[in-house]
Amino acid sequence: MAEALRKDFKIIGTRPVRPDGIPKVTGTAKFGADFSLPGTLFGKILRSPHAHARIRKIDTSKAAALPGVKAVITGADFPEQKNEFIGPERTAVNFWYMTRNIMAREKALYEGHAVAAVAASSPEIAEKAARLIEIDYEVLPHVIDVDAAMAPDAPLLFEDMTTRGVEPAPTRPTNVSKRLEFKLGDVEKGFADADIVLEKTYKTEAVHQGYIETHACLARYDADGQGELWSSSQGHFVVRNLTAKLLGMRLNDLKVNPAEIGGGFGGKTVVYLEPVAMLLSKKAGHPVRLAMTRAEVFKASGPTSGASITLKIGIKKDGTIIAGDAALRYQAGAVPGSPVMNGCLCIFACYAIPNQRAIGYDVVSNRPKVAAYRAPGSGIAAFAVESTLDILAKQIGMDPIELRLKNATRIGAPMLGGGKMSHEGFVQTLQAIRNHPAYSAPLGPNQGRGVASGYWFNGGGESGASVYVNADGTVVVSTGSPDIGGSRASMAMMAAETLGIPYDQVRAGVSDTTTVAYTHLTAGSRVTFATGLAVVGATNKVIEDLRARAAKIWGVDIEAVDWVDGCAKPSSSNVGKFEALTLKQLAAQASATGGPIGAAHAVNAAKQAPGFSTQLCDIEVDPETGRATVLRFVVAQDAGRAIHRSYVEGQMQGGAVQGIGWALNEEYIYDEKGRLANAGFLDYRMPVASDLPMIETVVVEVPNNDHPFGVKGVGEVNIVPTMAAVANAITAATGKRMSALPMSPPRLLEALGRPGKEV
Amino acid sequence: MAKHHVTTTINGESVEFLCDTRQTLLDVLRDELELTGSKEGCASGDCGACSVLVDGRLVCSCLVLGVEAEGKSIETIEGMAKGDKLHPLQQKFLEHAALQCGICTPGFLVAAKALLDSNPNPTETEVRYWLAGNLCRCTGYDKIIRAVLDAAAEMRGETHG
Repeated sequence: MAEALRKDFKIIGTRPVRPDGIPKVTGTAKFGADFSLPGTLFGKILRSPHAHARIRKIDTSKAAALPGVKAVITGADFPEQKNEFIGPERTAVNFWYMTRNIMAREKALYEGHAVAAVAASSPEIAEKAARLIEIDYEVLPHVIDVDAAMAPDAPLLFEDMTTRGVEPAPTRPTNVSKRLEFKLGDVEKGFADADIVLEKTYKTEAVHQGYIETHACLARYDADGQGELWSSSQGHFVVRNLTAKLLGMRLNDLKVNPAEIGGGFGGKTVVYLEPVAMLLSKKAGHPVRLAMTRAEVFKASGPTSGASITLKIGIKKDGTIIAGDAALRYQAGAVPGSPVMNGCLCIFACYAIPNQRAIGYDVVSNRPKVAAYRAPGSGIAAFAVESTLDILAKQIGMDPIELRLKNATRIGAPMLGGGKMSHEGFVQTLQAIRNHPAYSAPLGPNQGRGVASGYWFNGGGESGASVYVNADGTVVVSTGSPDIGGSRASMAMMAAETLGIPYDQVRAGVSDTTTVAYTHLTAGSRVTFATGLAVVGATNKVIEDLRARAAKIWGVDIEAVDWVDGCAKPSSSNVGKFEALTLKQLAAQASATGGPIGAAHAVNAAKQAPGFSTQLCDIEVDPETGRATVLRFVVAQDAGRAIHRSYVEGQMQGGAVQGIGWALNEEYIYDEKGRLANAGFLDYRMPVASDLPMIETVVVEVPNNDHPFGVKGVGEVNIVPTMAAVANAITAATGKRMSALPMSPPRLLEALGRPGKEV
Repeated sequence: MAKHHVTTTINGESVEFLCDTRQTLLDVLRDELELTGSKEGCASGDCGACSVLVDGRLVCSCLVLGVEAEGKSIETIEGMAKGDKLHPLQQKFLEHAALQCGICTPGFLVAAKALLDSNPNPTETEVRYWLAGNLCRCTGYDKIIRAVLDAAAEMRGETHG
């Protein structure tokens, strides 16, 4: 599409105020916990105090008998599901496991695992009733660490689980749910040809997405079998589909209303509460509100995987990377489904390495089931590969950006998992950092500079949108994509630009599951790309209709009418002498020219372009305390084209700061009984304003020609390089190489005590 | 146990409510008075999403009991704009895109207002430390800090650009 190469946009690339802005600064915006209906009951989930225990018996009779209690449910109240993996390998789901994660059946698999739920007329009664539920647990040995869970004598979460992806199929039960292998070229030969081969093991801890809004919903099940949900999620259509499947409902028996969402980062792409609240409502005959406490969010909603990666890279003295071999072991949490395949496919994706192999292991242990977290799996892999490249650059005496430029992937480079790199953008992010004044700025004592890069697929997929023109010439845009970071503004901008009308003439909103076509998650950096395509498609249908109406008014063929700058105009002087008709004029005559003007459009968007980011971190490490302070941080990222510049910058800044938290402080800490020891914001220390400098951004724009405005998707890749950029800066500042996250003060202090200089 | 009758002032209006002993001011605002602009992010005073002013003092309303509102003057996010006239902080948050999801925004605005009420000309460092009790997971704080500094400049009558 040639449109993408245009640069003379009127609205694209500007920074208008978002349509949902005023409700969000005045406190009237309604989030997941802000809904209530007359007669609403309060739900409470009883959770396992044990990391691993067989549930011998659950006695709910005392709880059910408590006055004010209207419903009590356990795992047995949910229909059984088939034990099969459905969908493409990278995102496969298995409802047998999912229903067991929503509520335990045979076993409690982690501390905080839901085992029963109640609905009562007050929160106090609900809490009291939950305490009256008697559960006979047989406490079992547990396993937390991913390497320990892979050991042959590890306690087993599922006694009949064998490893998928191994031929011949093994019979020995294990915690390794799946093995994956991807190969390109001849790795052994590559290492034999290399001048330097470096092998190193890296570890990362589980970290939580840390959205400030806890999970919350309101459910109502009516006597006619119709259910309605108000829920904060990254995709109300997905909430509908999963809830319906887990409860055995038909899709048109369930309507889901999108609440404003208070942060997701991948963690609100799945359901925890909605099926429970709906089942409680069905049993109680009243609406039910259910919300997690912050401790429940930490213990029972998905963090991302902690992992262990062994990485071997072979390089020539001139800086050519000739071979890469990685074994990635990712925690899935209590049931299968880590993002290890993403890790395998992303780990070498920035570089054109002729010989590559990545082997992935999906490993269950007694932790909450992981959920997606911003470019899931890629940042963990980048921590390993980008740290190793930093070491190798020093060993051969090459500038780290020069090394990356020399090996940077380009269009046509073969990729692990098949296919070829089809887009540019990476080299430009490297150049942006190399040319940035920060790259050559002086540093003081105990200070160091690191750089790192990252790759993310970005997503396409299914989206629906509708565009309606009102009688006064204003325009309403509806989509099915929950807006987490300003996407309503981007949708309105793309519709306004396409129609050639001012931004403030368009209002964009998010519609429920009964009023717009199925729309997949707000995830995978897909919304501005895929839902944007749906909006532009619907807008183009409207324009076609407007041209037809002008043609009717003028008595000419539609081909004789052009749409230019918000007006219908004769395509040439041969058509006749007609005054241009504005959108407003055509809207006013809509009744006479065919009725209301509007169109819906739905897409299954392919041809998304990947995201690349290169980042620079300056850090100072206090040699007495081991505390690392980020002094300066620069994020360069290829956006394809920025629709709303401020929200693109915001994604880059937010992703980098989440990465800084992951690098320096955040981790899940377990005690000897497998209980989470830091399930609160005081002890799970996310970055606060006083920890940070301003985050500088360089928005690189190499348009994606398969989107009308060149959009690539910007939400995720910004977190991918950050942990390695921070680690590389710490090595430069201290002469110590940190190969495990987080690089928290106690760990740094210990490293500072090691003798000798490390690279 | 019988509920407590509490008489207080919220956003300049005299208000009476009934509450349980254990109910926090945040519970009362949200569940009894339907002022859901104050958000619960942690219920332990760590995230600042429930920030309100009690007699001009910035507090986490999740750490204050409802009964403690007796005779006090409470200011919440709902009282920050005067009719359809936004407070300069609210306007600057919109212009600077200082919010992405918006769940932390009410708390940040209330906290930032308390800062500017007492210190009309804060440095970037002062803003960062004052707002260190408010968690934002979306923005990395950059645009929030800029919005507060810009609002302060505008409230001092300085031109900005």
